[in-house]
Amino acid sequence: MLIALLVMSVLALLLGAVLGFSAIKFHVEGNPLVDKIDAILPQTQCGQCSFPGCKPYATAIAAGEAEINRCPPGGEEGIQKLAELLGRDFVPFGEDTAAQKPKSVAVIDENTCIGCTLCIQACPVDAISGAAKQMHTIIEIECTGCELCVPPCPVDCITMAPLPQTIQNWKWQSPVHILAVSK
Amino acid sequence: MTSYLLILISTVFVNNIVMVKILGLCPFMGVSKKLEAAISMGAATTFVLTLASGSSYLIEHFLLAPLHLEYMRTLSFIVVIAGIVQFTEMVIQKTSPVLHQVLGIYLPLITTNCAVLGIPLLNVQEKHNFIESLFFGMGGAIGFTLVLVLFAGIRERLEGADVPGIFKGSAIAMITAGLMSLSFMGFAGLVK
Repeated sequence: MLIALLVMSVLALLLGAVLGFSAIKFHVEGNPLVDKIDAILPQTQCGQCSFPGCKPYATAIAAGEAEINRCPPGGEEGIQKLAELLGRDFVPFGEDTAAQKPKSVAVIDENTCIGCTLCIQACPVDAISGAAKQMHTIIEIECTGCELCVPPCPVDCITMAPLPQTIQNWKWQSPVHILAVSK
Repeated sequence: MTSYLLILISTVFVNNIVMVKILGLCPFMGVSKKLEAAISMGAATTFVLTLASGSSYLIEHFLLAPLHLEYMRTLSFIVVIAGIVQFTEMVIQKTSPVLHQVLGIYLPLITTNCAVLGIPLLNVQEKHNFIESLFFGMGGAIGFTLVLVLFAGIRERLEGADVPGIFKGSAIAMITAGLMSLSFMGFAGLVK
């Protein structure tokens, strides 16, 4: 009886020591889930999800503080990928976030632009080229369509122009939403 | 050499742990909805079962038998298997993130499922030596993987089939599992 107690205690202590030691020695840094969610988000850093960037939104999703339907640039495809990664149900865009808009780029009306550089400071991806009292212009390939430059302009010269569909960028519409409704 | 081959054939087909011995049904029903999950689960179970068979043989023959503590078998097996699998998961997570991606998340799930405890206990009952225990564990897990993959394939087909309302989901899966078990009984008598 006593031997049994002794053997079990020694076994338990030994295993506990091994596990404790290896928990410290083989500790893996970082939360891999947040990185995986961040890899799905479009990295627009536009803030339309009400978080200051894609990584904070990913952290909030991982902590369960945010719904997965808050990212318009990711579109419904992004929500579907997040739902698959996290094992949650697909949620369509709600009332509090803007729905998915067609991909667009900003356009500066050069007749109205006064060269104040307020839009250059607002752009998170550095897609506006210009300097103080010089003409500003949008570099089209860099623009992600996040619309952060539209409010700061004092003369309201920035508009969003939808990207035309050409043979090069046409894709089949993802039937994600239709599947979700029919289930 | 033939005895090892015999052990393999008997554990994979004749005495399949899921279909004939009816062990390990929780992961069998739970992880067989998608084919990729089933394959990863089978790989993780193979790893765990081989490790568990080996370590429990060592515990039985170098700790329990000499000290006449055979009644502690279940307790000590579970403790040792759980500890070793946890340790291995930590090592895999650190050394190979790719491998951890494939089978890491399933390791805690199968640490103490009834098949992982049952196979070492059966090893003791059948009085296998060390190598035979390893083969028994590995063969059992290969049989588990085989059945899991087959069932996942059937279940993916069932999703699109015209199943009556009350039978949809788990009910038709259970019935299918029963029919599969019936078919595996055809292997009885394969090894004379």
